[in-house]
Amino acid sequence: MAAITVDMPRPSLTGFTLPLNALAGALLGYVVGTANHSPLTGVLAGAVFAALLAFVVVSFRQRRLGRLAGALITGAVGALIAGISGALAGAILGLVLSWFAYWLSSGDYRASVPIYATPREVLWHNSFRLICGLIFFFLIAPVVVVIPLSFNAENFFTFTPKMLALDPEGYSLKHYQDFFTNPDWTRPLKNSFTIAPLATILSVSLGTLAAIGLSQSHVPGRRAIMAILISPMIVPLIISATGMFFFYAKLGNWMEAHLGLSKDFLGYVKVVLAHAVLGIPFVIITVTATLVGFDRSLTRAAANMGAGPVRTFFKVQMPLILPGVISGALFAFITSFDEVVVVLFVGSASQKTLPWQMFTGLREQISPTILAVATVLVAFSIALLTTVELLRRRSERLRGMSPS
Amino acid sequence: MKTTTFLLATSALTLAAGSASAIDLTFVSWGGAYQDSQLKAYAEPYMALHPDVKIVWDESSAEAVAKLRAMHEAGNLTWDLVDVTVSDSIRLCDEGLAKEIDFDADLAPAPDGTPATEDFGATLQNDCFIPQIVYSTTWGYRTDKVGDTPPSTICDVFDLAKYPGKRAMQKRPIDNVEWALYCDGVAKEDLYSVLGTDEGVARAFAKLDTIKDQVVWWTAGAETPQLLADGEVVMGSTFNGRLFSAIVEQKQPIAMLWDMQSYDLDGWIVPTGLAPEREAVVMDFLKFATDTQRLADQAKYISYGPARASSAPLVGKLEGTDIEMAPFMPTDPANATNVLHYDYTWWADHRDDLDAKFQAWLAQ
Repeated sequence: MAAITVDMPRPSLTGFTLPLNALAGALLGYVVGTANHSPLTGVLAGAVFAALLAFVVVSFRQRRLGRLAGALITGAVGALIAGISGALAGAILGLVLSWFAYWLSSGDYRASVPIYATPREVLWHNSFRLICGLIFFFLIAPVVVVIPLSFNAENFFTFTPKMLALDPEGYSLKHYQDFFTNPDWTRPLKNSFTIAPLATILSVSLGTLAAIGLSQSHVPGRRAIMAILISPMIVPLIISATGMFFFYAKLGNWMEAHLGLSKDFLGYVKVVLAHAVLGIPFVIITVTATLVGFDRSLTRAAANMGAGPVRTFFKVQMPLILPGVISGALFAFITSFDEVVVVLFVGSASQKTLPWQMFTGLREQISPTILAVATVLVAFSIALLTTVELLRRRSERLRGMSPS
Repeated sequence: MKTTTFLLATSALTLAAGSASAIDLTFVSWGGAYQDSQLKAYAEPYMALHPDVKIVWDESSAEAVAKLRAMHEAGNLTWDLVDVTVSDSIRLCDEGLAKEIDFDADLAPAPDGTPATEDFGATLQNDCFIPQIVYSTTWGYRTDKVGDTPPSTICDVFDLAKYPGKRAMQKRPIDNVEWALYCDGVAKEDLYSVLGTDEGVARAFAKLDTIKDQVVWWTAGAETPQLLADGEVVMGSTFNGRLFSAIVEQKQPIAMLWDMQSYDLDGWIVPTGLAPEREAVVMDFLKFATDTQRLADQAKYISYGPARASSAPLVGKLEGTDIEMAPFMPTDPANATNVLHYDYTWWADHRDDLDAKFQAWLAQ
């Protein structure tokens, strides 16, 4: 059967492509104009410029050539206004505008909707995609802005004129150097990497055991027990922190008096315990969720073949619920690693963690070292999540499950 | 041979002594350049003399009163020495959370033998507060945004016609209401008697109303330098040391307006309830850290005036540069022509009331 093809007429240039491109240009012009304290001029100039650009660009038969021309023209205009950085920004804007012009004029904007869609449906489909894009932008932009600022050569949270002109002198690695050499930062770094893994191990062991226990139907009052164990996640952190402050102070004093442990060591014990309490709910929830899909007859089969409960747990149950345990561990780790309220109450200055130091640093001196730390932490989190996801996929592949 | 044995013996002794009496102290301060100056002028030299003492810093001075109260209630004191402003020390001393000091016995006399009480003079404000520095809350402005006639008096802050643009002011009534009344024509010596009346307070807020929509309110000392560097404000008040660092060290286009700078004091308090052996070390540190030379040394790192009269002549240059520190000191005669001595006792009585009124005014 021959494929049915329908010839959609190309949209009209003057009635459709040019006005819409002018609208996009007006929006971009508004942003540029506001940055230069004349939004109205920006809107007008942007609209006129974008319409002209679309007219020129669309007349090129070859798309690639046309987009290159668009980037070059806008880049040249940008260079006239603001030098090198203007040229770069202009080239990017030119690419966007010329892509938009082609996308409209070639009819590509209808490509992903059925041909019978009404104009209103096409409009909604594309607006929806735009809204999704904007949501991504608002989520990502604050994180992305931090990264170039962390290479600032000055000690302020400001894009200096030198940075905007892409002058190498405006950039430096000194904030990274500060992070890795200044004891104000290396101590908290060490503390964070001591406390978080210990708290994670504790919450994973206890949380997994609790989840397995609570999944047995014969445990009396399991809903109530579950609610109590989950409560640190629901109770406002500041309330937990206040309670923990008084509780652990008494506990610490008792241990110091009766076990003869040093104050410094006890400080770490207190923070690790407090963070483990915060991490346990995450482990319980993720492990409970995986246990739902766990086939109980497997443990009975193992028992039937003579394996004790411990052996059954490690050889049969654990490998199957491992993905849940790992994601619970990840949450517990991040909870401890990110936590600033409880550690401020329970810890003393020797247990200062990275978030604590970032918090005080932001309040007391607004040093861009915080941005360098933030960049490193973002990279670290991405690496951590990627590794875990890759491991998970690998284990699923090895066990012949389809990746989910 | 003999020397080697002797050296070995002494080092073994020091090691033994070190492990026997090694002590970790937690000092509380404000963070930033100020804490750095304390580290370099006091803590590092002291640790060099006493290798068995290790000092950890906690940047919690801003909430010192609340945290010390909580620590006492929980019976879990983790601080050994706390840097506070005078007004906080008054509260801590009254509540018995700070140890009373016998100034002449606990602190070192001046090199010429003048006892500490005389050398510190008027900076001694209560029985618990050991003064370190005189600082001031004063104004800085962007030199490139004020035209050819830079602001010269505090009242230029209230002159929106002459100096349009945003101003950064501290989010508290102290200093701001005094400046407002002064620029509304109240004489300096009458400020507190006028502020004591409801009409006086209303008058101060009415003056502040004239610039209210142009004010960016700050709470941390680092905010004003950041806002000035950004160009978000034309002028802003902050602690003079923060402006010094922005001008001299960060080379920002900022200049200082010293007119009606408001003096304040910062110093140490020793929390009550320390274990005797810890308190002994802390008192020994205090004697060392507040002697004439050490206080003058701190001024090598930050532009705050030493609290001892005998330290003033020893103030030198910014460490590692040729920049004389004296012209940046709030106490320098050229800067101190018109100074606001804010009244601690008056504020201790009226703080809560005015804070509430100020918050209500802000919300209007």
